[in-house]
Amino acid sequence: MKLHEYQSKRIFAQYGIPIPEGDVATTPSEARAIAERLGGPVVVKSQVLVGGRGKAGGIKLARTPDEAEQLAAQILSLQIKGLPVRKVLVDQAADIRQEIYLGVVVDRAAARPVMMASSEGGVEIEEVARVNPEAIKKVHIDPFIGLRSYQTRRLAKGIGLDPALHRPFDRIARGLYRAFVESDASLAEINPLVATGEGGAQGLAPLLAVDGKMILDDNGLSRHPDLAEMRDIDEETPTEREAREAGLSYVQLDGEIGCMVNGAGLAMATMDITKHFGGAPANFLDIGGGAKADRVAAALRLILADPNVRAVLFNIFGGITRCDEVAKGILTALEEVKPQVPMVARLVGTNEEEGRRLLEESGYAMITATTLAEAAQKAVAAARNP
Amino acid sequence: MAILVDKNTRLVVQGITGREGEFHSRQMLEYGTQVVAGVTPGKGGQTACDGRVPVFDTVREAVEATGANSSVVYVPARFAPDAILEAADAGVDLIVCITEGIPVMDMIRVKAYLDQKGARLVGPNCPGLLTPGEAKVGIMPGHIATPGPVGVVSRSGTLTYEVVYALTARGMGQTTCVGIGGDPIIGTRFVDVLEMFEADPKTERVVMIGEIGGNDEEIAARFIAERMTKPVVAFIAGQTAPPGKRMGHAGAIIEGGEGTAAGKIAALEAVGVQVAEHPEQVAELVATAG
Repeated sequence: MKLHEYQSKRIFAQYGIPIPEGDVATTPSEARAIAERLGGPVVVKSQVLVGGRGKAGGIKLARTPDEAEQLAAQILSLQIKGLPVRKVLVDQAADIRQEIYLGVVVDRAAARPVMMASSEGGVEIEEVARVNPEAIKKVHIDPFIGLRSYQTRRLAKGIGLDPALHRPFDRIARGLYRAFVESDASLAEINPLVATGEGGAQGLAPLLAVDGKMILDDNGLSRHPDLAEMRDIDEETPTEREAREAGLSYVQLDGEIGCMVNGAGLAMATMDITKHFGGAPANFLDIGGGAKADRVAAALRLILADPNVRAVLFNIFGGITRCDEVAKGILTALEEVKPQVPMVARLVGTNEEEGRRLLEESGYAMITATTLAEAAQKAVAAARNP
Repeated sequence: MAILVDKNTRLVVQGITGREGEFHSRQMLEYGTQVVAGVTPGKGGQTACDGRVPVFDTVREAVEATGANSSVVYVPARFAPDAILEAADAGVDLIVCITEGIPVMDMIRVKAYLDQKGARLVGPNCPGLLTPGEAKVGIMPGHIATPGPVGVVSRSGTLTYEVVYALTARGMGQTTCVGIGGDPIIGTRFVDVLEMFEADPKTERVVMIGEIGGNDEEIAARFIAERMTKPVVAFIAGQTAPPGKRMGHAGAIIEGGEGTAAGKIAALEAVGVQVAEHPEQVAELVATAG
């Protein structure tokens, strides 16, 4: 689950990481009020769960409350990569002397968290990794002893940070790691972390987390009800949300062949093979084990809710669940859902002949196939000439 | 010969009185696996599977009473890390975790601890292991496999069954089928299993089924180039998967341009591995690999 910038930064602040003064507005007049309260120039930032907000015109500097109100109106009417902007963050503008990148992710191969820092802040870390990989310094973190100060010093020296900033950098880095662990995050990132030129006097922070991003591990959310509540409805399509609530694993794509498969790997392979034979998958969908009638019906309703779907391809491997049981589940679901598009079914594994016979003799116009290649070709053809 | 499990495997089932645990314990017994004990805290002294399996409160008691050397974990995600650690602490050599949904941070700690103890974990979020004709540990359907010379290793469940079924139909049996699991952090990875197959005298050819996410397939490609003499046939699922979306498995996600199917296929083909275009082609390629 992705968090918005303002949500991520509020979590960071709880771990002692300095963030700019600011607040969230849903209307231009709220944005104006925040700017008046902050005084001085502000940055109006769209809060959408995609990258590239700046390039899309979703981040603007305002010198006066008037300007903040105007820009907020503009930004709140934008759609960025298809997502409507519903909120803006109005932050005090920072004096930027230097931009740094600081982030924690899981290194899957090393099976540990890794903290990365780069002197090239303000651009996406993937871009830096491609263009100038030596600019990224990394330290792996032992899950039992955590991130230590000697490691943050290595990062600070590695990116050539002013020695006067090493101590605040250490506090921020260790705070970020704790935020990462204690939120069950899979990514926690400050980009940019800004050197402001302030000396730390009058409570002004020498290093400031101007932008922040967190992605949370969905499997960890059940122990963080407070974080789970932060889910933004725009993160998922309505269909994806319905699927999640029904316990189905579904991802919407833009093709025309609806895919209903048991097992995630087989579901991906099924998508791939429709493409291989000249079609395009409308979705990823794993109905899981058993293929009981109510789950099949729920899955079928999700697939058919997509207006692009011109044909449905069932690809089911019967292992411990027998194909004839799966076929009965499909037939019960069809009675309930009554699809208007052609359907191709391929059942393979235990009792496959019996399963196929049940479908063929059911009276539904169900096209059957024995191999996956045959099923995919038939589905592609059916989608073209229904 | 086979790898990881065989007729000498003495299995303890953690979570044996749960619905999944009980169902699959019966399936494993029927297949001929030596299921010697079950563990459910609070149910020690009872029996499971019609009196065939004694139940203990702890893995340590089960090991002491029955000489169990392997365990399989069917307990829910919030108790699974504890179950894995308990098995490792009781001296079990091989722990197979079927459970899906364990948080990544928990698995990072569990794996770090297991590495210190020297215990081997397969999974989590995996279908388990099957050595045809000898033993099955986990949830794979036993009857689709038959003994023979092909080693199979995969991150997936049903996609593996599909390939195994096709191999069996063509008369190509398997030494062992290994489901390593679809999570980002797993106990046993492709290279570990490839190394075991390379050392196993009965395995002549190897099938490796990967998918998007992470770079284990790329690491495996390096290993194949440097260390393997046996032919490997691969399939990679997820060529049409969009970036940034998790495709069912927690580990199946393209992040920051990394972990694409195209990248994995290129890495494997660069070291001479034949990569099937679709799953049904795997058996064809295995038949002609040499």
